[in-house]
Amino acid sequence: MLTLPGALRAAVIAHARADHPDEACGVIAGPAGSDRPERFIPMTNAERSPTFYRFDSMEQLRVWREMDERDEEPVVIYHSHTATEAYPSRTDIAYASEPGAHYVLVSTRDPDQAEVRSFRIVDGTVTEEEVCVPEDGPVPE
Amino acid sequence: MAIEVRIPTILRNYTDGAKSVEGSGDTLAGLIADLDARYDGLRERLVDDSGLRRFVNVYLNDEDVRFLGGLDAPVKDGDTVTVLPAVAGGAL
Repeated sequence: MLTLPGALRAAVIAHARADHPDEACGVIAGPAGSDRPERFIPMTNAERSPTFYRFDSMEQLRVWREMDERDEEPVVIYHSHTATEAYPSRTDIAYASEPGAHYVLVSTRDPDQAEVRSFRIVDGTVTEEEVCVPEDGPVPE
Repeated sequence: MAIEVRIPTILRNYTDGAKSVEGSGDTLAGLIADLDARYDGLRERLVDDSGLRRFVNVYLNDEDVRFLGGLDAPVKDGDTVTVLPAVAGGAL
């Protein structure tokens, strides 16, 4: 289960909407070992593509070093799909390299209703998990 | 001669869990070969037939080695090499 404060969930959706039709991507950092996403870090999609994303390599170095200095880890790694469902694709699975992270997918294919789902991706295996927004109770579906 | 190499979480199974290891070499290629001799299998995660793997970022101090000559980048005592798997994916 991913516990995601409503304000952070809203920030992820807003980023995805702003970058649509390109895929948006980013990190939500939290204290190492806490499993609490706290610090929203939108990242540049160096691919600027509607079907692919990649963190800019120098930005990733800066962010990863910063998390290390702050004793944080990437609790959430999020990105958007702009025309397909919010489910990890073959490439999402192939490149998932943070086994401890919650991979959050947002779909912006519907202009009125964003789909937000979360997954663990470990050794090529995808497991969906519930997204719990504490202020609201569990998010339906 | 010591060059610090920072290892990402996903590759620490090759280094017995170590976040940071030391190696030596005159080029990045030499350094990777040196590490592979002690941490079997590590090289294959970093290098393929065409050079450094496309979705692995390697940095020499504060720069991406892609701009420093890739595997031919010169390295020296006191340098720090950082490895970070690219964060990437997409719709397909």
